[in-house]
Amino acid sequence: MENINFILPEIFISLGIMFLLMVGVFKKNSSAIVYTLSIVVLLITLGLIVNYPSNQEMYLFNSSYKIDQLSTFMKIITIISGIFVLISSYKYTKIEKIFKIEYSILILCSILGMLVMISSYDLIVFYIGLELQSLSLYVLAAFNQNQTKSSEAGLKYFVLSALSSGLLLYGCSLIYGFSGSTNFYLISENIHSSEYGNVFGLVFILVGLAFKISAVPFHMWAPDVYEGSPTSVTLFFAIVPKVAALTVFIRFLYVPFINLIDQWQMIIVFISLASMILGAVSAIGQKNLKRLIAYSSIGHMGYALAGLAVGTNSGIQSSIIYISIYLIMNLGIFCCLFMMKRKNKFFDNLEDLSGLSKNHPIISLSLLILLFSLAGIPPMAGFFAKFYIFMSVIEQSMYFLAIVGLITTVVSAFYYLKIIKIIYFDPPKEIYDQDHHFGLKISLTIATLLILFYFVYPSGLINLVSQINLI
Amino acid sequence: MTFPILSSLILLPLIGGLFILLSRSSDKSNYQSSKYVALFVSFANFFVSIYLWYTFDPSTSDFQFVENRLWLEGFINYKVGIDGISILFIVLTTLITPLCIISVNQSINTKLKEFLIAILVMESLMIGVFCSLDLVIFYLFFEGGLIPMFLIIGIWGGTRRVYSAFKFFLFTLLGSVLMLVAIISIYWITGTTDIVELNNLGVDVKYQNLLWLAFFSSFAVKTPMWPFHTWLPDAHVEAPTAGSVLLAAILLKMAGYGFIRFSIGLFPIASENFVPLIYTLSLIAIVYTSLVALMQDDMKKLIAYSSVAHMGFVTLGIFTMTQQGLEGSIVQMISHGLVSAALFVCVGVVYDRMHSRLIITYGGLVSAMPKYAILFMVFTLAAVGLPGTSGFVGEFLILMGVFQKSFLVAAIASLGVILGAAYMLWLYKRVIFGELINKDLLKMLDLNKSEIFILISLAIPVLFFGFYPEPLLNTIELSISNLIDSYNYNLSLAK
Repeated sequence: MENINFILPEIFISLGIMFLLMVGVFKKNSSAIVYTLSIVVLLITLGLIVNYPSNQEMYLFNSSYKIDQLSTFMKIITIISGIFVLISSYKYTKIEKIFKIEYSILILCSILGMLVMISSYDLIVFYIGLELQSLSLYVLAAFNQNQTKSSEAGLKYFVLSALSSGLLLYGCSLIYGFSGSTNFYLISENIHSSEYGNVFGLVFILVGLAFKISAVPFHMWAPDVYEGSPTSVTLFFAIVPKVAALTVFIRFLYVPFINLIDQWQMIIVFISLASMILGAVSAIGQKNLKRLIAYSSIGHMGYALAGLAVGTNSGIQSSIIYISIYLIMNLGIFCCLFMMKRKNKFFDNLEDLSGLSKNHPIISLSLLILLFSLAGIPPMAGFFAKFYIFMSVIEQSMYFLAIVGLITTVVSAFYYLKIIKIIYFDPPKEIYDQDHHFGLKISLTIATLLILFYFVYPSGLINLVSQINLI
Repeated sequence: MTFPILSSLILLPLIGGLFILLSRSSDKSNYQSSKYVALFVSFANFFVSIYLWYTFDPSTSDFQFVENRLWLEGFINYKVGIDGISILFIVLTTLITPLCIISVNQSINTKLKEFLIAILVMESLMIGVFCSLDLVIFYLFFEGGLIPMFLIIGIWGGTRRVYSAFKFFLFTLLGSVLMLVAIISIYWITGTTDIVELNNLGVDVKYQNLLWLAFFSSFAVKTPMWPFHTWLPDAHVEAPTAGSVLLAAILLKMAGYGFIRFSIGLFPIASENFVPLIYTLSLIAIVYTSLVALMQDDMKKLIAYSSVAHMGFVTLGIFTMTQQGLEGSIVQMISHGLVSAALFVCVGVVYDRMHSRLIITYGGLVSAMPKYAILFMVFTLAAVGLPGTSGFVGEFLILMGVFQKSFLVAAIASLGVILGAAYMLWLYKRVIFGELINKDLLKMLDLNKSEIFILISLAIPVLFFGFYPEPLLNTIELSISNLIDSYNYNLSLAK
């Protein structure tokens, strides 16, 4: 029972959810308390995770649950970004009248699901975690009942995601059938590409996972859901589930399917290339910022997958660095979106940014830094993210992937520049409200400064991530 | 540990920019004081760089003032240092920047603070480009320079500024990403991106051609060489005066510097292979863009095309691989930096008064603005390459170098000298001489004090180095001969 310590974070967060549900049910008008307590629960969970950093690999529950550096790191960034989502969207949720107890609790639920996904070392545990987070996300997407768009987004996401979960489950059962086990390690022992069932299972699982991180060609849901959901939920969608899905991606590719590398490498390279190209090209015509961010995140997932396609430790590490920096950038961008409100109405079209620099120099400067970072222009952090990816890609002499990736960077630079052009070169519009919540300002400041000054000490993140060795 | 003088050169403008950023309020007095801060910082930087030049030891070709710090542990160190080639560009940068800041008096009306910050950031990035001794650090500075320049053109530019800013940014970015692939490949091929180590190790011959082409794609766009030059006239025409000055005087030199430092230094065999390509493109640039310049009716465009032609001379000289050719190229770059900066200021002067860049608007300015006419003449003649100006020294040395290699190439290049004289003198004639037809011109005031200061401080080095180029040549001589020696040595090894 010593090992129970290692799963304390998950236990604590589950207890926290149940307790908060009780508070919500028995105490009237308790949404503010639940909101505060959820942040506290997340902070304590974070503390618990940091408190038991496992330097060695821990297997729990008959090897169906694994704690190692990868899972610890990913859990930490999942929870930190969850906290920032809650902090930065406080005022937004209040104004949009979605500041209810269920909101914070659902976010906690889906984070619990992600923690389980991240640590899962067994098909069944993985699937339970996945479903817990997906079900919470369906409800969150449709959370704003006052808007048909939100309900539509929720429904779309539900239908498509259920389909992909079905495919995933089908893949899992094929793998189980052909390898005779649900445990990742045992699968890797028994899997052979000579059995077509295994390859089919692999493909189905990859499709399901690609759906979760919205990689091309399974990306169709992303723009609509991003646009329709309340912005705070879009922020959550854009950053937190991606971390968990990417971890699972890494886990699947490098533990059970490591022997099928010849089979999946082509697939991942294709998905990565297609995502980079589509993300770059189709974002150009967008008029809505949330849609644009959806396409840009498709592109960014392409880069993260390029790191995975390489098949080396440095590739995995570069992917993890990429997703960490990507989180910070997107958090910053959404903070700016939360700040664009006038008389309790939020704006999210590109033209609403017109001439922002005149009346809001600080927000514009932050956006400038974040957008150049997203475009991957040095010396912002986004450049380093891409730099690590291409370091590992070129190490394996995958020049085609590298060159196409870098050229799509140039194409995508175009639409980031277009936003900057709208902010800085176009005539100003009416002034936006200035009464921002403290948490929102802090989140934006932290995100911007991290991105801007990353180049001063880039070794920090690398040293952290370089402990993650899967192969 | 000696005082990190190069890092402080890079950091000083950044600190000044931060200072301006953090100072609050936007009334007029604040504008003035931020301008004084920027001026103070940039002049301080200028004097530091002069001191650097003074203490620079020209009797060795090693890198001096080297700083080496851990940066990306295990991969890349932050390494800066200078040799005879880079010191001149650093001094040029620090000379041009304060002059740019003085010139904003007339032309920039909105967002002065942001403009000053952009120029200061630009300065520190450009100094970084010229003194970085690691390919990744170099790339960082090289690409980072796009951001402030994009903003300078886009925010404070003319009517078609958005188009020009985008074109500038995307053209250069597209060229540079291939260089990034090459840099990373070099890291995996040789295990380092440190330039000093790379010079000793050398890059495997079988990779050199491709790597050279990747670097070329970046530098050719930035130089700009024909046919990648089309962004330059647009960018120049739309940029505000200070932006054009920075662009012409320093940004274009980054590519020439890159050719010398990286293309020749790292890939000697590939450089030898691609000499015909460079000659062809340079000759086309010289002759074709000179002809195009003849036909321009916009003054800024004319000078922009003349820049392409002059940079054609520079690339020609670099790839002669002779002592005279390379020295001439560097002198020509310095001289072109001073002269084109001055010419853009000259255009800016009349543009601020008349709000027209068209040659046809003017004519007979000599009677309205005699001081202007004199200074404009000095720079016109320097652009033509009249003996006694620095332009002559550069062109003469380059042609000497080219003659040693190929008579035909030199003959065609000399044609460019004649064409250069044609378009510059014709421009001068149409703007300054002739009858004063447009009566509005009579109301124009002659140069004010700050304009005279800018132009005089550019004219002094132009004339001084025209008569006595020894300080320049003395500084670069050993570094160049060392470069050529190792180049020839590598070639002989390959054979």
